[in-house]
Amino acid sequence: MLMTLSTTHTPATDLGFILHKHPDRVQQFELPFGSAHVFYPEASPELCRVALLLEVDPVALVRGNPGGQGMLSQYVNDRPYVASSLLSVALGAVFSSAIAGVCKKRPELVEQHMPLTVELPVVAVRAKAGLGLVKSLFEPLGYSVEATSIELDPSQTVSQYAYLSIRLSANLTVKQLLTHIYVLIPVLDNSKHYWIGQDEVSKLLRKGDGWLAQHPERELITLRYLRYQKSLASTALEQLLQATAPEIVEQTEAAEEAATPEIRQPSLHTQRHIGIVQRLKAAGAQRILDLGCGEGKLLRELLNDVQFSTVVGMELSTRSLAILQQRAERLPSHQRQRLSLLHGSLLYRDQRLKGFDAAAIVEVLEHLELGHLPAFEQTIFGFAHPKLVLVTTPNREYNQLFPSLPADQLRHRDHRFEWTRAEFAAWAERVAATYNYRVTIEPLGPEDANHGAPSQLGVFEDAT
Amino acid sequence: MELGIPEFCLVVLIGASGAGKSTFAQRHFKPTEIISSDTCRAMLCDDETDQAVSSEAFDLVYTIAAKRLALGRLTVIDATNVQAAARQPLLALARHYHVWPVAIVLQTPEKVCLERNVGRANRNFGDFVVKRQVDNLRRSLRNLRDEGFRVVHNVTPEQVDAIEIVRQRAWSNRKTEHGPFDIIGDVHGCYPELERLLLELGYSINLTPGHNYGFTVTPPADRRAVFVGDLVDRGPDSVAVLRLVMSMVETGAALCVPGNHDDKLARALAGRKVKQTHGLAETMQALAETDEPFHQVVRQFIEGMVSHMIFDDGKLVVAHAGMKQELQGRMSKQVREFALYGETTGETDEFGLPVRYPWAKEYRGEGLVVYGHTPIPQPEWLNNTVDIDTGCAFGGALTALRYPEREFVQVPAFAQYAVPRRPLEYNASQLAAQQENDHVLNLSDFQGKLKISTSLMSQISLREEQTAAALEVISRFAIEPQWLMYLPPTMSPSETSQLDGFLEHPAEALDYYRRAGVNEVVCEAKHMGSRAIVVICRDSAVAQARFGVVGEQIGVCYTRTGRRFFSDPELETAFLQRVQQAISKLNWWETFDSGWFALDCELLPWSAKAQDLIRNQYAPVGVAATASMSAAQTALQQTVTRLPESVELQALLAHTQLRQQAVQGYVDAYQQYCWPVQSLDDLCLAPFHLLACEQRPFYDRDHEWHMQTLAALAEAEPRLLLATEYRVVDLHDQANVEQAIEWWQSLTAAGGEGMVVKPKQWVVQNARGLVQPAIKCRGPEYLRIIYGPEYDLPENLARLRKRGLSAKRSLALRELALGLEALDRFVNREPLRRVHECVFGVLALESEPVDPRL
Repeated sequence: MLMTLSTTHTPATDLGFILHKHPDRVQQFELPFGSAHVFYPEASPELCRVALLLEVDPVALVRGNPGGQGMLSQYVNDRPYVASSLLSVALGAVFSSAIAGVCKKRPELVEQHMPLTVELPVVAVRAKAGLGLVKSLFEPLGYSVEATSIELDPSQTVSQYAYLSIRLSANLTVKQLLTHIYVLIPVLDNSKHYWIGQDEVSKLLRKGDGWLAQHPERELITLRYLRYQKSLASTALEQLLQATAPEIVEQTEAAEEAATPEIRQPSLHTQRHIGIVQRLKAAGAQRILDLGCGEGKLLRELLNDVQFSTVVGMELSTRSLAILQQRAERLPSHQRQRLSLLHGSLLYRDQRLKGFDAAAIVEVLEHLELGHLPAFEQTIFGFAHPKLVLVTTPNREYNQLFPSLPADQLRHRDHRFEWTRAEFAAWAERVAATYNYRVTIEPLGPEDANHGAPSQLGVFEDAT
Repeated sequence: MELGIPEFCLVVLIGASGAGKSTFAQRHFKPTEIISSDTCRAMLCDDETDQAVSSEAFDLVYTIAAKRLALGRLTVIDATNVQAAARQPLLALARHYHVWPVAIVLQTPEKVCLERNVGRANRNFGDFVVKRQVDNLRRSLRNLRDEGFRVVHNVTPEQVDAIEIVRQRAWSNRKTEHGPFDIIGDVHGCYPELERLLLELGYSINLTPGHNYGFTVTPPADRRAVFVGDLVDRGPDSVAVLRLVMSMVETGAALCVPGNHDDKLARALAGRKVKQTHGLAETMQALAETDEPFHQVVRQFIEGMVSHMIFDDGKLVVAHAGMKQELQGRMSKQVREFALYGETTGETDEFGLPVRYPWAKEYRGEGLVVYGHTPIPQPEWLNNTVDIDTGCAFGGALTALRYPEREFVQVPAFAQYAVPRRPLEYNASQLAAQQENDHVLNLSDFQGKLKISTSLMSQISLREEQTAAALEVISRFAIEPQWLMYLPPTMSPSETSQLDGFLEHPAEALDYYRRAGVNEVVCEAKHMGSRAIVVICRDSAVAQARFGVVGEQIGVCYTRTGRRFFSDPELETAFLQRVQQAISKLNWWETFDSGWFALDCELLPWSAKAQDLIRNQYAPVGVAATASMSAAQTALQQTVTRLPESVELQALLAHTQLRQQAVQGYVDAYQQYCWPVQSLDDLCLAPFHLLACEQRPFYDRDHEWHMQTLAALAEAEPRLLLATEYRVVDLHDQANVEQAIEWWQSLTAAGGEGMVVKPKQWVVQNARGLVQPAIKCRGPEYLRIIYGPEYDLPENLARLRKRGLSAKRSLALRELALGLEALDRFVNREPLRRVHECVFGVLALESEPVDPRL
């Protein structure tokens, strides 16, 4: 990983004084993750260019972070080659006096504005954000930005990664420039950082002094610098702006929501749950199964209504279940007592699911392999056989009304299929006939004249 | 004096305080068999005489007793038990667990009791207590049998020292008899068919009028017949069947359990009022023509039969209507009723017959249950049970099951003697009973801690979090369990090489096997692709019949974690058809007498499956590294022209150039294994194990056989199939070993991934246990895509050499045992649950965090 910094200030070699590094020497510094080298490819009175070369130790990078899954990806990893938080750490160590604004021999240089240019040959950016992000981060601070994208291997056209080679020029003090780089490179890189902790908040505040509070992208910078750790992010923002915190936290959450690639319609989500709860209530159901309860939003709705005396949430993901269990511990005891959480699968016959008034299976079906549907039908409709089964699934016809969703693409990466209204109806009727249910199908969400509602609900009532 | 008790029963000691119960118990039973109320009191409150905790103490007594009885352990209750109310809960326990309650009453005189209590500390609770206890006891004595005690022994003070307890084998317990047996289904008076069947089974039948009911039957060497009951009614000659079977039982040529028809006949003969339907009237009429004493002999014969029998160390259970696992070997009215009638759900079907509770669907026992009672068109295996009543009297057939061969011998009915109310074919589905039942698996069989027994390793334990992970992976990603008959084990690399520039080298792999006592190994070129298991059937009819899948599928291709390889069903079908055609061309369907084959393969190119990985990881790293290194080199070179005398700078430039070469090597390495897949013609399948076919698994054949057999297959379909290059190496021939190393060098120099070294035999065990089934040895360039572009710089390699293989190797062996066990179970047509358990186990083990670079 390389960074160069050059100036045409006269004499340009003053840069050596500011940085506290002699232009005719080659210096090496040991860092926790490898070594840094400082040398000057050019050092004339007209033009002086210093290079900071980081040799990141790929083995140490992994050894320090044990833990199964991520290991391989950490070995075959772009971290040693791109400008990242490691660069910030190196800057802090190698140019500490310059960043602190200390120059004993030529103290007047500290506040000296001069034409400066930084070149970063490889910066990782998310494909979507790209060049626009670089500009919106640096231009408000007075930089002119040049960026060229580095082409990927032509056979691998679509990738979530993109690399830019960037060149930033501005008339600033060296201290200002280094500070900007220190804070903004990790923001730009937006990947795993190697130093998240409570003291990061104060570091950010110190380095951002005098410019971050006015930066139009301050929320994004804070959020990304602290790598989406919301609690840290909101503390920092609170301190930074000394303003009303709740409002701002909401804004950042919304920003993050917008940044996620999936299509999310919070209102649709809520509408689905309201519809389900109303149905269950009207049916007089008391013992309820929420199969595939995910984050537990429907469970929460159900617990708010005392008609539902027994609420059982079943979830396949052990991770989600652990989170749910933690949350359940915090419920008031009268609610806690009505709730049980099960680890289970819709594909295995499960004695624990017998004898319920109703089962809600909300946006779960489409996560099953088509080949697994017969097993699912038999376990739920045949074996568990609740008196009422509510099944919701996306209506594929509606997809073309989502502007950001490419044609023929499903709404979620993990969806194995999405059905048209006719396909869902055919399935529902066959299942109902096989397992002795009466079924009706209803639209869920705002209905479009041609494409129906975003989601569809099958209401299966036991016909025995 | 001997007191007989069943080997498994609930012994209730009865006697006043001071009667000597504890002494008696300790003399005749193991300390762990005795549950004393005093001990339980002490456990709860540190004082064995504290009456305040009596209620809690007895809760504890009942809890322990219940657990022991559930586990089949003889249990002795040491408490006074002098009141009927105190005995009731114990009798209820015995009923619940279907064991006989046995009362042993110690009739120690009041005076002796009192004397003993005086001598003991903490027992000064007053004489009236003992007096009342002795009173209660006296009043209880004559009612014990009415209360429900099946055995009552009274022990007087004079006898007490001479008592010896004799534990009697349960009538059903014939575990020491190992057969072989010929188990014969419901005969129902079909004498001609029975005679024919016995002859076909090799029994000789001699008529000996006036002696031994008129028959003398000699079984073939060491064999014995076992009748599942329902000898009489419906057929042409119930009396002759009775005579024949009674004669066989008399001489020990046969054993017999009672059927409901036999039981009803006995009750009719005992003069009880029974409805003479379902052929009983005709049987009674035929018996009326025989002499009176014979009636009573028949009655005694039937009444003397034991409800069910357990043979061969518990591996075989015979009962007329079947036997649930929890009732096997137990004794109660319910056990006998279950054996005679099974259980019904309380509903009746459209023919007015009671709907039978499908106990066999839930059966999980180790013992094979052979039964009859419910006539069906063909004998059917289900969860280690088999119904062999093929409705002979209804015009079906009389069936015998040869055990342990598990072969059926059948004699079709000579005529239809009766018309069934419910047709035999009713409910017969196209899928076999086992598959129909197996279509869905029960979660309780796969949740929590699991222990799996395999033939290679006696027990493989899975922790709860491992099974939870497997459940998640299988439910989210795996193909239908019916197809999932095998998952391959993980493979360990060779020990780390100390040679300059190498992390892995064949010398260590070969050396591992030499040290393990292996003489010959097979080295196979390792293809860099993705592991693929291919199951291929002759046609979709075979797929439906043998695998129980629906639709037009002819096979499947799945990954090492059980995921379907192709997301495009048309491509999958076209792919499978090519494999199918190759097999047809070689005529393997006939040669191996099998409608299906399972192959273990590598599917190329790597990029076919790993597209996302390449796109989001390998390619970006290559691009970033190349750009970064070239910028660094340019900057350094510029500086060198300015400061040519700097030694540090020269060193830094040299090191940077070395890194740049490493990066270029990395880019070249991963691109080797990528090419665009536009159609089927761009795919290449390299099979290296022929796993199994209908007749057998093939892991007993050596790897040279596999390589040769599969090379022939590849030749039959060169567009898709690739024969793997291999070398057989004699480990004691140094020249041979060196040639193998040279071969590896040339393979890896040409861009190959490396090679896999296997002992010539698939499964090798030495004194220390199983030997690794395969060891991979990867080339230095290939390893860049595993350990990172710059792994081989000296400072990196030195640290990377410190890697531990033991966890990986231990996993490989357990997964091998599970994989081969899955194949065995599938070929042996064991229930899907049992096959699934093994592949489930492999995935559970794979959830272990092991260094993924190994």
